[in-house]
Amino acid sequence: MLSKRLAAASLVSGLMCSSAFAADCGPEGQSIRILASDFPAIRAVVDQARANCAESAAEFSVNHTTEARQMMNAALTPNPAEYSSVILANSTLTQLMNDGLVRPLNDLVEKYEDNIPEHLRITIDGDVMAVAFMANSQHLFSRQDILQQAGVDSIPATYEEVLAAAEKIRSAGVMEHPLVMNLQTGWSLAEAFNTIYLGHDGEFFESGSAEPSVSSEEGIATLQTMKALVEYAHPDHLTHASNETQGLWESGQAALGIMWGSRGAPILEEEGSAEAVASNTVLSAAPTVGGGSTPSATLWWDGISIAANVPDEDAEATFAALVSALTPEMVAENNDDAVWMIDGFEPGPAAAGVTATMQGGARPYPMIPQMALLHAALGSELTDFLKGNESAEKALADVENAYRTSAREAGFIN
Amino acid sequence: MKHRTFFWFILPTLSAMILFIALPIVSVAIQSLFVENEQVLVVSENCGPFGCTSTTKVDAEATAQLQEEQPLGQFNGLGTYLNRSHLAFAEVGEAWRGTDTLGEFWGQVSNLPFYRALFFTLTYTAVVTPVVIVLGLAIAVGVNNLPRLLKGPSIFISLLPFLVTPLVGALILFWMVDGDGVIGATIQSVFDDPTLSLKASTALTWTMLIVYGVWHTLPFSFITFYAGLQTVPEDTMEAAKIDGASKWQRMIHVVVPHLAPLMSFVTLMLLMDNFRVFEPIVSFKAEAHATSLSWIIYNDLRESGNPLYGSAGATSMLTIIGVVILLTPVLIRTWRDFNRKAH
Repeated sequence: MLSKRLAAASLVSGLMCSSAFAADCGPEGQSIRILASDFPAIRAVVDQARANCAESAAEFSVNHTTEARQMMNAALTPNPAEYSSVILANSTLTQLMNDGLVRPLNDLVEKYEDNIPEHLRITIDGDVMAVAFMANSQHLFSRQDILQQAGVDSIPATYEEVLAAAEKIRSAGVMEHPLVMNLQTGWSLAEAFNTIYLGHDGEFFESGSAEPSVSSEEGIATLQTMKALVEYAHPDHLTHASNETQGLWESGQAALGIMWGSRGAPILEEEGSAEAVASNTVLSAAPTVGGGSTPSATLWWDGISIAANVPDEDAEATFAALVSALTPEMVAENNDDAVWMIDGFEPGPAAAGVTATMQGGARPYPMIPQMALLHAALGSELTDFLKGNESAEKALADVENAYRTSAREAGFIN
Repeated sequence: MKHRTFFWFILPTLSAMILFIALPIVSVAIQSLFVENEQVLVVSENCGPFGCTSTTKVDAEATAQLQEEQPLGQFNGLGTYLNRSHLAFAEVGEAWRGTDTLGEFWGQVSNLPFYRALFFTLTYTAVVTPVVIVLGLAIAVGVNNLPRLLKGPSIFISLLPFLVTPLVGALILFWMVDGDGVIGATIQSVFDDPTLSLKASTALTWTMLIVYGVWHTLPFSFITFYAGLQTVPEDTMEAAKIDGASKWQRMIHVVVPHLAPLMSFVTLMLLMDNFRVFEPIVSFKAEAHATSLSWIIYNDLRESGNPLYGSAGATSMLTIIGVVILLTPVLIRTWRDFNRKAH
């Protein structure tokens, strides 16, 4: 074991040395300060950037925290900002752009374009605001053995098939609650709505304005789908987020799941999963719904942004260091940690779900300034409907009213 | 004490209180009267790995200029206090006109976030406070009557819930009541219902939160009353005994009146603490069934990424007003007692 680790370590350091020579770290002696979420893929990128460029920088510090979203705006507001870069995603880029806290990267992208193919540039009105490196989305997890046992021959491709399969599993007496979904009141519940709503081709806002449009036919159809689904979900579903659903899955208590792609790799590892779970779990595209062709999911990217309120040299050094990590070598070393959008990625079984969902034409999580407010309103107002206390129409009207109240306060509508 | 001396004694405390309590409250009150400046939206073309879409973005420059002109935002008066997220007078009025029975009216009002939270907060306060006082007194009397050898250990054990960090204590209980946890599984087997879930029912969630609240605050009232019991005058107790008072009568007519000032103090502290109930809701993930005023503040500041300071400020001020209303009877009582003693 020890020798294996040593071998791996020397291999890693060997790679580090070789890439340190190759990497272009931009201006020397600058301060690189990164704020990022905490999961393996982001650690892989940041660690590679550190290995490449920490030597040539005066300071290289990283704060990996699950609270990144809550602190990023406050941290980037002062001049100079607390961090020179935030590793962020669709929704969090909007959150920073709303306050004008990230800088356009056009000149930097031009200068360090080697690792930045066109499709990774998040471009808004011609300005590159972020460089994406990985993708994530929700999709279907299925237990092949249990489906077969219940007489379901194929992996469900639509929510209607998911419901039929769940019913078969239940009536065969295999499981009473075969379905797991992230439905914890708040962010997760709203995100579950968003995915199915996009599957119904719903629009969140009236085009070009901040007026909500979820109180629609698609909205009602979405809630009806959700209601039908929770019939087969664990009774505690309103308290379940990713950790709980993953736990239920790994202990073999579920046969169909809508979970994040990033949970695929840990679930497929034998370690932590009950016997037969890992080997029988199949990852496939997010189901379509209601006869539509769009997978019910929101596509997410994670990427690099650079703070507006830092000196240009710091910004350039930070950008160069992070971009220097986006190489096929880094991907090869961390292949299964994420669905990388960088050359050299070889999609394994853990990436099958996200890849299929992307190829199926799922829509990205909307990058709309006021989306976070609608998301929050959905999260708190849909619970009553799922608990059976009110009608779908009433729940959606409540969502719009709650959203209008907070959007008025935030200055988005009058 | 001379007024001058008193002034110099109180000065450090007073200035700290003004700086760290009074001024922040004033600042929160001012913020609650404002809403954000208008966000200037422009249509933009948004491209990325998943294709291009036409969407909107905030015109940062125009918005920053508005912000410079009015750094506090737009003055909204009491608008935030009266909107749907708070007192919601318009919605309550509409519910009053549009419903026939009190039950229907209540159904509509409890659908509004502020009233839903207020209802749970008041229920929690109204149940936990008296239960904790009565049980605390009972445990204190019980421990006081134990043989000396057992007193130390039983005091220590009774204090344990207080030593556990609220968030951690609530999390432990949350895992125990899970369907796979020791309490949850036991309840399921007792009622012979494998789908019974404490987390899925509103009534059971409330019960769970209230039981947790009692468990966690009991040591405070216990230890205060236990200290008070040490000061019960022996003479009066003996006199009562000689007069033929039973144990129960001595308890009601001697011990309880002696502890009355302490009870006001404990009630005061418990009312304040219980009205601000927060941690168990987060740890128990009880948001689907129970929210509290403090939870609303937390949610406004956190959930949407860009905090809603006006809403949070308004709920904070309403919470302060609520605490003042709750405490008034107790404070009046204390003031009367004080005056009676002074003259």
